[in-house]
Amino acid sequence: MYLQSNMIYTITANTEGWELFVNSLLPMIMGAIQYTIPLTLISFVLGLLLALLTAMMRISKSKLLHAPAVVYVSAIRGTPLLVQLFIIFYGLPTIGLTIDPFPSAIIAFTLNVGAYASEIIRASILSVPKGQWEAAITIGMSRTTALRRIILPQATRVSVPPLSNSFISLVKDTSLASLILVAELFRKAQEIAARTYDFLLLYVEAALIYWVICFILSLVQTVIEKRLDRYVDK
Amino acid sequence: MFLSIQGLAKSFGANQVLKDIDVNIEKGKVLSIIGPSGSGKTTLLRCLNSLEEPDKGIFTFNDGLSLDFEKKISKQEILKLRQKSGMVFQSYNLFPHKTAFENVTEGPLIVQKRKKAEVKELAEGLLEKVGLKDKMDLYPHQLSGGQQQRVGIARALAMEPELMLFDEPTSALDPELIGEVLTVIKDLARDNWTMVIVTHELQFAAEVSDEVLFMDGGYIVEQGTPEQVLKSPKEERTKQFLQRILNPA
Ligand SMILES: Nc1ncnc2c1ncn2[C@@H]1O[C@H](COP(=O)(O)OP(=O)(O)OP(=O)(O)O)[C@@H](O)[C@H]1O
Ligand SMILES: [Mg+2]
Repeated sequence: MYLQSNMIYTITANTEGWELFVNSLLPMIMGAIQYTIPLTLISFVLGLLLALLTAMMRISKSKLLHAPAVVYVSAIRGTPLLVQLFIIFYGLPTIGLTIDPFPSAIIAFTLNVGAYASEIIRASILSVPKGQWEAAITIGMSRTTALRRIILPQATRVSVPPLSNSFISLVKDTSLASLILVAELFRKAQEIAARTYDFLLLYVEAALIYWVICFILSLVQTVIEKRLDRYVDK
Repeated sequence: MFLSIQGLAKSFGANQVLKDIDVNIEKGKVLSIIGPSGSGKTTLLRCLNSLEEPDKGIFTFNDGLSLDFEKKISKQEILKLRQKSGMVFQSYNLFPHKTAFENVTEGPLIVQKRKKAEVKELAEGLLEKVGLKDKMDLYPHQLSGGQQQRVGIARALAMEPELMLFDEPTSALDPELIGEVLTVIKDLARDNWTMVIVTHELQFAAEVSDEVLFMDGGYIVEQGTPEQVLKSPKEERTKQFLQRILNPA
């Protein structure tokens, strides 16, 4: 069969219960390490860059920059992620543009993070009091320098909790990539379930692994927030 | 003469806030602006460094720089104008993610690109001058309002501007903290800094100013020495305003 991992051959239709759980753990974790986590990290980093650019365009007074950013955010937010994935992976080949599963997923998730995070970043920049811009400008800073040295560091503090939520959502959303054949965590679970018919056990197992990953991430979030809090009154 | 302004006007939409104002700012002198709320004091001050861009008005500086706001003004010219003055805000506007020391060094280091060692010495000197050398590694939220405002003054001084602008520098402060900030400003006056101060502290204005300017409804109603304007005003509106402040009941 097309199952990649050797470990899976130790799992047969007769493997059951605890043994099935333990034997499935490694292939699923491998799926997470090889695909789920890289997919999340790469899409999130690229998405944040795209989001920052989009937020700047939306804040800009130039219509020429503003309009495309608004359309992009609206289109991504107004359409299902799964549909976007299908357009890129199954749709584009029709016009001669074939992209492998993993890069297809990267593109779709990056576009998604870019749109949602741009709203978060924009709101956090706007939440910094106008007096901060004015203070920066009166000591001679250009708008760009003021943004980089004065505004963004303060906006970061505001945007970390919502961006962490986006990040955690992204971890879970990568399970959709199973539907365009990316061999990530949930696809591994589906493959094993297809051989053993033990859907409940395997899908619950997959859920538990997602939960552990997200739990660790929320601990990291707390650490980051604490560090950023050092100059904030409490 | 440091700066002469003629025909300054500024509107926000249909609301004309400054109506054809002439002001002269003398080198080494302190000019105080008083007047009722909404009379345009802050707007006038903010026009002086183009935080609000005037609709109209001719600014002529002693070094020959001249800006006519009825014509198109380049970014370079605005930048030159801003470099001439330092601003102290009513609500301090310190950078909360930077220590007192870093607030002061930010401009010289990043904007003026001066040497680190030189800037360190400058900042320590200024923080000493405002009485906060021992607090220089604290963040703004760890300082009292009066201390924050003194850092704000040091931050503005660090750019070595020719003109210092103050917008009600003590009106956000608890009464017991006002004195320490006014003392610092009085020291600057003694050192012959050129300053424009918007204030409601009439006693302080009387002590520190060379000239007092009373504004109402977007006009300069009366100007002169503190004795003239505060002790024996000629205009009815000035008299009423002073009455109201001195006997608030
Ligand atoms: N950015 C702005 N947009 C619109 N209107 C403004 C703006 N800034 C000031 N104004 C209006 O201009 C008028 C003068 O305001 P300004 O702040 O200069 O008065 P002020 O004399 O400093 O008053 P106060 O003593 O209360 O500080 C007010 O009617 C105010 O509402
Ligand atoms: Mg004011």
